[in-house]
Amino acid sequence: MRHIISILLENEAGALSRVAGLFSARGYNIETLTVAPTEDLSLSRLTIVTSGSDEVIEQITKQLNKLIDVIKVVDLSEAAHIERELMLIKVRAAGKDREEVKRLADIFRGRIIDVTESTYVIELTGTSAKLDAFIQAIDTSLILETVRTGVSGIGRGDRILKV
Amino acid sequence: MMMTGAEIVIRCLQEEKVEYVFGYPGGSVLHIYDELFKQDKVKHILVRHEQAAVHAADGLARSSHKVGVALVTSGPGATNAVTGIATAYMDSIPLVVISGQVPSAYIGQDAFQECDTVGITRPCVKHNFLIKDVRDIAATMKKAFYIASTGRPGPVVVDIPKDITANKCEFDYPKTVQMRSYNPVVKGHLGQIKKAVQLLLEAKRPMIYTGGGVILSDASEQLTKLARRLGFPICNTLMGLGAYPATDPQYLGMPGMHGTVEANMAMQHSDVLLAIGARFDDRVIGNPDNFTSLPRKIIHIDIDPSSISKRVRVDVPIVGNVVDVLEEMLKLLDAEKAKPDAAALADWWKDIEGWRAKHCMKYKHKKNVIMPQYVIEKLHEVTGGNAIVTSDVGQHQMWAAQYYKFDKPRRWLNSGGLGTMGVGLPYAMGAALANPDMQIACVTGEGSIQMCIQELSTAKQFRLPIKIINLNNRYLGMVRQWQEMFYGSRYSESYMDSLPDFVKLAEAYGHVGIRVERPEDVEGALKRAFIDHKDDLVFIDFLTDQKANVFPMVAAGKGLSEMILAEDL
Repeated sequence: MRHIISILLENEAGALSRVAGLFSARGYNIETLTVAPTEDLSLSRLTIVTSGSDEVIEQITKQLNKLIDVIKVVDLSEAAHIERELMLIKVRAAGKDREEVKRLADIFRGRIIDVTESTYVIELTGTSAKLDAFIQAIDTSLILETVRTGVSGIGRGDRILKV
Repeated sequence: MMMTGAEIVIRCLQEEKVEYVFGYPGGSVLHIYDELFKQDKVKHILVRHEQAAVHAADGLARSSHKVGVALVTSGPGATNAVTGIATAYMDSIPLVVISGQVPSAYIGQDAFQECDTVGITRPCVKHNFLIKDVRDIAATMKKAFYIASTGRPGPVVVDIPKDITANKCEFDYPKTVQMRSYNPVVKGHLGQIKKAVQLLLEAKRPMIYTGGGVILSDASEQLTKLARRLGFPICNTLMGLGAYPATDPQYLGMPGMHGTVEANMAMQHSDVLLAIGARFDDRVIGNPDNFTSLPRKIIHIDIDPSSISKRVRVDVPIVGNVVDVLEEMLKLLDAEKAKPDAAALADWWKDIEGWRAKHCMKYKHKKNVIMPQYVIEKLHEVTGGNAIVTSDVGQHQMWAAQYYKFDKPRRWLNSGGLGTMGVGLPYAMGAALANPDMQIACVTGEGSIQMCIQELSTAKQFRLPIKIINLNNRYLGMVRQWQEMFYGSRYSESYMDSLPDFVKLAEAYGHVGIRVERPEDVEGALKRAFIDHKDDLVFIDFLTDQKANVFPMVAAGKGLSEMILAEDL
């Protein structure tokens, strides 16, 4: 099962490598990982998408909590939450493709943020599934480059992860 | 008062009442060594290899409930220390390892004797620090000792660049530590403890299984009270030996791969298993599928939540410090005034006595050949069961664990988790320094002892009266045993050819060496060592039976009820 684990950790040198190292050392997989400081600059917020049985996820949570730099861990996917991922995708946009690509970007509520004679860069935000769907919808021969941020997630309503 | 970083490091050690630091000097730690020289509160033990520095600090910690401290230089000093750090990590031993680092401005430039110590040690420490400012040294050292010794203990590495040890600032050692990200649980959840007590009182076939956590938590007294109060059978794992007295009738011996029939069968057939400070290790329960094939309720007390339900699903988890939880259990038992089911317990003991009657630890004596088990039995006799026994890794380790009946905690020092050959002698050094009035025996083999043999020199320098019991069978015995049993007796590289003359070797280092070749000389040699040469290091080289194997044995991947006994072969 796919899980989204949110972690608050000390914004210190090496803290990220402790988390990443734990996953590789114990054989857990990381599908995506995003990390950045929070409004409190002494804290980093990290989101990891991983998968595993309930037992594995329980161990991941416990092992993360054991890391000295980790302050809080929550499995966002346990309850109502919102997840978003940002993708920048550079596509070939020449001739008849130009109009077609623009239309597709509009359908997915993407924004074209860079234009040259032969290319567009489209910015697209949404769940990972939506980004996947866009990639599937567009003619793959047009795709020049994609870059995705990985998932960021937050709990709905009163679910708040804070120190 | 302004002080240099190096002076602050030493002052921190003094504040922590550190008596001994084990180490080896080098370029990056010269400022620290200079400050060591200028004071006499912290004594430095110069080892002959950094691995031994960490093992010796570890041995001191295991035998004394203090934090062990080691000091090594950057680069190879730090990498040599890694085996020692990983060994301590696997057995949850509190250590602070201070490593020198190249000057801050050189970090990342492949400087002479540079390595990424924090990166290399990260997976085998409880935590590590790279200090970047002299003003951080005092607070970091305080945190290091706090983290190492609280919660589930473990090694902490503090890496200090050379320029930081020369920079100056005011010294102010913090009195307390506050960390928002680290607050280990101590007290167990009362509701869970109540549930556990209820389950224990209703049990028909109860069993207590205790590990190293009982020793680390200094909970032997409470454990003994609890076990006697309930009248339940009990076993101590390899890491828990001595937590409950081995000569007590309720004690069933060690469980696991080389455990007794009665301990393994009682573990397997129990209906309620109380696990205390133990972690259902693969060497203890064997194949978890086999273990869980019989229904049983498991209560698990451990300070580390990640140890609970890791390999085996637990019914009543109790996260907390073992000693606090046991106190709470005893209180509840007193309040309840309830007694366990006496009739069921009597039947259960009948089963256990049946398994016990197999006398699985008996072995055949041979004429003219020394049996290794016999040496350990005699060692127990000559030392009155009161020695601190360290061991290396292999057959001799198992025989020492099986045949030396440990009645007290912190008397048995071995590398249970990582299984590091070479720990025996440095462990004995640390134990000898921490326990100057105790007899110290290092049970080893001719393979293991050579992995840290250079420490005979350290032992001479600091006059450590260790008795080395070398069970010399001219084989890497445990490897040979597996090859005999599982690899068609193809003894691939498990022999020991061109062995040194250990008697001469011991003498070369300035110690006493004795060779023993006949069974009738075993006791006399031990007496000579422990009585006549009480204050000397004595290396006794026992030429033992080459074909002796460790039994009982649960083969890797098998279940606890599938033991191989000596008589089966």
